[in-house]
Amino acid sequence: MNSPIEAIGLAPYLSIGAILLVLGVFGIFLNRKNVIIILMSIELILLSANINFVAFSAATGDLSGQVMTLFVLTIAAAESAIGLAIVTVYFRNRGSIEVDDITMMKG
Amino acid sequence: MNWTLALPEIVLALSGLVILLAGVMQKRGQAFFSCTMMTLFALVVTAALVVLSPDGTGYSHVFINDGFARFMKVLALAGAALSLVLGIGYAREMEIDKFEFPVLVLFSTLGAMIMASSGNLMTLFVGLELSSLSIYILCAFARDQVTAAEAGLKYFVLGSLASGILLYGISLAYGFAGTLDYAGLQQAVRGSAVLPAGLMVGIVFVLVGLCFKLSMVPFHMWTPDVYQGAPTSVTAYMAGAPKIAAFAVLLRVMAGPFGSMAHQWQLLIEVVSAASMVFGALAAIPQGNIKRLMAYSSIGHMGYAMIGLAAGTAEGTRGTLVYLVTYLFMNVGAFAGIVAMRRKGRAVSRISDLAGLGRSDPGMALAMAVFMFSMAGAPPLAGFFGKLMVFYAAINAQLYGLAAIGIISSVIGAYYYIRIVKIMFFDAAAPALDRAPVSVSFVSVGMGLVTVFFIVALGPVATAAQAAAAALFR
Repeated sequence: MNSPIEAIGLAPYLSIGAILLVLGVFGIFLNRKNVIIILMSIELILLSANINFVAFSAATGDLSGQVMTLFVLTIAAAESAIGLAIVTVYFRNRGSIEVDDITMMKG
Repeated sequence: MNWTLALPEIVLALSGLVILLAGVMQKRGQAFFSCTMMTLFALVVTAALVVLSPDGTGYSHVFINDGFARFMKVLALAGAALSLVLGIGYAREMEIDKFEFPVLVLFSTLGAMIMASSGNLMTLFVGLELSSLSIYILCAFARDQVTAAEAGLKYFVLGSLASGILLYGISLAYGFAGTLDYAGLQQAVRGSAVLPAGLMVGIVFVLVGLCFKLSMVPFHMWTPDVYQGAPTSVTAYMAGAPKIAAFAVLLRVMAGPFGSMAHQWQLLIEVVSAASMVFGALAAIPQGNIKRLMAYSSIGHMGYAMIGLAAGTAEGTRGTLVYLVTYLFMNVGAFAGIVAMRRKGRAVSRISDLAGLGRSDPGMALAMAVFMFSMAGAPPLAGFFGKLMVFYAAINAQLYGLAAIGIISSVIGAYYYIRIVKIMFFDAAAPALDRAPVSVSFVSVGMGLVTVFFIVALGPVATAAQAAAAALFR
């Protein structure tokens, strides 16, 4: 039994997860250009949680975290498919996917 | 393994697939109506199965069926069925009469039911995503309309962000408790005198994700835009079943696994609840669009319903459940009135378009007036009893401040509800609206009767809610 998680501990994995989460959240809020980047940021957030799940699962020896990861991967795929479909519908109507243009409704 | 435990969900999922097949095999023009009817039938059958389904936990503890789950599932199914009926005539006029529409509503309701029965954070997340993903599509369903596409895009981006935050919270809770099961979490939380910081952060993240789905302040920013842009029958659905499911999860998680540390999260819930009530009351006042107004109204209503959770007692939970019942019915009724707002075949949604409705369509105007007074909380209409029960629970739990804020904001909120009544009956008449489709009048009259005569049903509803709350606080 000499898994990497025993050799280097849990902290590096959790740090990477946290960094990815922060990158994803800032990618959504600071990005003013393109909706596709937002889709990528959402993917980052889901995958950051996945890293946590796998790391915790390896550290505690409990398999349910890894099962959860498989579910999350499936859901992430469905989510990006739906996201791209909605972006396509939006582009057909407006001819642009600039984030600054998404301001038809306000108040 | 007791597989009959999830029989309602299994039946609903299979009928969803069958209806999809049936839709593909029919001609395009007729498929919508027959699929809607089949979906309504499936929802009714599922509701009957839910009522008859046995208590217990199954599938290695990921699925719980108890009185609470049954109560929430029946409520969610009712909300879905009513908004589908609303959509029958509306969909044809909006040219969104495609058979996928009822099927998406069906799958979203299935997700809501899975959430209500979740016994594990994994089931929670999968149910939530099934419910949300279907709604993202429904929002953008009128795909030739730029506002609908924009509503779908906004809801998708912010909803996915909330799901991601929720998932990250689940991962932290999993790491620090070592399990995803509610029962295991409960033991881990109860066993430790001081909670690890990671678990606390995880719980807060989960709370944030669920508050977003409930459109609580400060996670409400998507609500007005999405409510306004989405097709009105979709908005009517969104304001019902998904909120009920999110409340089901919130009540179950907060009473069960995290119940023993109520003193640590109670303040958070109180602040969110008070902020939602006040914001819902104040921000609705300057609105000119009735769908935006209903968005702020629902933000406020979620705040009132949250009072019961803040109380943290079985009595509070009973109050929340009764509030959700009244909210569901008067909300669907009000949306029936909004769906009927059409002039020369085009949907209108400005509040001023309602002017003179009292003369041109007295029945519809009377029904709208009933729903508005009920939402404002005027006795003896349904909305009054919901508010009464949550405020009563708050007083008994010594949350005097929260109850006071609730009463004040419901007085402020009464202003914009009653303003609509004034516009309908006393303002100079705008050109008359088109006649409402039969299905819309049907829902409007039905919900109006429920709202007016709710006092008759109060006893049985309160008893059922009491039993549901007792199942949670065993």
